[in-house]
Amino acid sequence: MAAQNPVDSETLATLKEVMEGDFQLLIDTFTSDADQRLTDLRELLARRDAGQLRACAHSFKGSCSNIGAPQLAQLCARVEDKAAAGELDVEPLLDAIEREYGAVREALAGL
Amino acid sequence: MTQSGQAGLKVLIADDTNTDRLILESIVKKEGHRVVSARDGEEAVAAFQRERPDVVLLDALMPKLDGFGAARQIKALAGEALVPIIFLTSLTDTESLVECLDAGGDDFLSKPYNRFILQAKIKAFNRMREMHATMLAQRDQIARHNDHLMQEQAVAKQVFDNIAHTGCLDASNVKHYLSPLAVFNGDVLVAAIRPAGSMIVLLGDFTGHGLPAAIGAMPLASTFYGMAQKGFTLTDILREINQKLKAILPVGVFCCATIVDINFRKQRLKVWNGGLPDCFLLRCDSGEVEAIRSTHLPLGVLANKDFKDDCKHFELNPGDRLYMWSDGIHEARNSAGEMFGEDRLKATFADNRDPEQLFEQILGRVQGFIGDGERDDDLSLIEVKVELPQGFESRERDACAGEGQGLVEWSLDFEVKQASFRFFDPLPVLLNILVEVPGLRQHSGTLYTILSELYSNALEHGVLGLDSKLKSTPQGFSEYYQLRAKCLEQSGRGFVRFHFSHATADDGGSLTIRVTDSGPGFDHVAKIGGDQPLKGYSGRGIPLIRTLCRSLQYLGNGNQVEVVFCWDNDSWGAPP
Repeated sequence: MAAQNPVDSETLATLKEVMEGDFQLLIDTFTSDADQRLTDLRELLARRDAGQLRACAHSFKGSCSNIGAPQLAQLCARVEDKAAAGELDVEPLLDAIEREYGAVREALAGL
Repeated sequence: MTQSGQAGLKVLIADDTNTDRLILESIVKKEGHRVVSARDGEEAVAAFQRERPDVVLLDALMPKLDGFGAARQIKALAGEALVPIIFLTSLTDTESLVECLDAGGDDFLSKPYNRFILQAKIKAFNRMREMHATMLAQRDQIARHNDHLMQEQAVAKQVFDNIAHTGCLDASNVKHYLSPLAVFNGDVLVAAIRPAGSMIVLLGDFTGHGLPAAIGAMPLASTFYGMAQKGFTLTDILREINQKLKAILPVGVFCCATIVDINFRKQRLKVWNGGLPDCFLLRCDSGEVEAIRSTHLPLGVLANKDFKDDCKHFELNPGDRLYMWSDGIHEARNSAGEMFGEDRLKATFADNRDPEQLFEQILGRVQGFIGDGERDDDLSLIEVKVELPQGFESRERDACAGEGQGLVEWSLDFEVKQASFRFFDPLPVLLNILVEVPGLRQHSGTLYTILSELYSNALEHGVLGLDSKLKSTPQGFSEYYQLRAKCLEQSGRGFVRFHFSHATADDGGSLTIRVTDSGPGFDHVAKIGGDQPLKGYSGRGIPLIRTLCRSLQYLGNGNQVEVVFCWDNDSWGAPP
């Protein structure tokens, strides 16, 4: 997993073209959104709120795929699926998400 | 609603994730559209109400009100307008996708967003939206036009009825049927009693359908009634209608017609058929049917110089019946698409045992034949029985009821000179004026009789000097008319002068008619004894005139006669 690039350069190139001057705003928005999502995921797990956990993972998955972070999106999808099935043993997955997000943020910052 | 094209569309984007919304906004703006943003379902509904966007992009999962609920409300608010809703979703399970569509969604866009797909979808939905808007506008326009048309038809029908049905279709010897559809398919049926007492009936069928076909019936009917009541003959009326229709109808629109003149007193029938199916003359005594075939082109086709007005003549017997119809009867179709046809019509006549029932039987068979097939029944049928008509005067009376209207105070001098004797009949012109006098219209028959007797006396005996004794034998009768024709060809300074004066009374009036001719006169004192009742002075119709007028007086040397005709508006003795 670590061998793979955390961000998809092709997606990002397209975004750059579409966003033009707002590209940096998009990156900033994504990172602040993602920071909030991570906090929310931890909290919801602590509350054992499977429904909200699922919804939060789902939304996070969406923006990850949009920003071009496919591995991160995949991890979110696994949390979403487990929460949907009522399986709340997702602590390790959240750790993985945090690690992957770190890599993504680093990659984005390096653009 | 905004217009598309260069101006772009107004697109509502509702997504709770800032990142995603930001990307969408950029994609949409890049295409030249304007963006309205919302962060949850409630905001989306409020923004829709406020901004009325053309296209809505809705995230499925949002706080407060999710995309499904928002879609339902937006669709309800949009009403009949098509507002395409595209769901933005990374949901992939069938159930969720079906829910999107059930809520009123029109399509999906999955994450990650593909700029080109989104742009293509917005374009496609805008085409659909415009098509829908056009469809709605056209639907409303059609509905408006239809309302308008119905209103126009109602008014037209009323005008049509007022013009076309003032005649004597309700007379005791007439049965007629004109289906409502037939009227607007250009069928027209008019009937009138001429002042001379004969009945003229015209059945016409204009080419085409709907109002364009019906419109020609107006001038036809008004010409027909106007002329018939003024004493014009069948051929005069026919020519006038033909000329009028030729002048006003566009090429290709014409009127197939049958026009008949039934003289009840002389028991003669005159028929002109131009393009309608054969009419049938059912003989009372033998039960035989004579078909009267069309031998002319329809009305409104030929210019009057090429128009042929020759008629077929038939002797009638009391109880004979004449049937006229438009091709609606022959072409009536049953559910199998088969036509009623002439054979079935003939069979109906052959099967009939009681002529009194025949009219109803024909109608019954045709309607039974159509059955539950197409209800486009377009039937016109009329039966005229040879029997003195009754009960048709009532409407004529209404027509002249307006008191104090029309010609009240007047006198008229009218002189016909030698050169006009051969070709010109002054009676229609004079009658035309007389019927404008309030109360006199209902007496036009009597006036016609009086005027025609006075005129022929003045012309034949006064101006031409013909001896009425000649007419007492059959040979003499024809000799008389040969002589008359010969005399008319001669030129000279002869004249017949009419003088009319009129006085009104409270509920009637009197009309004085003085006829002077250029002849030498005759010894009226000896021959008719002044104002005394007269016996046996043949050929001059004097006894008849005396019964019709209050007084009759020869003046001067006998080349001048004066009659006074009085009437009472309150008495309703049928005119003779």
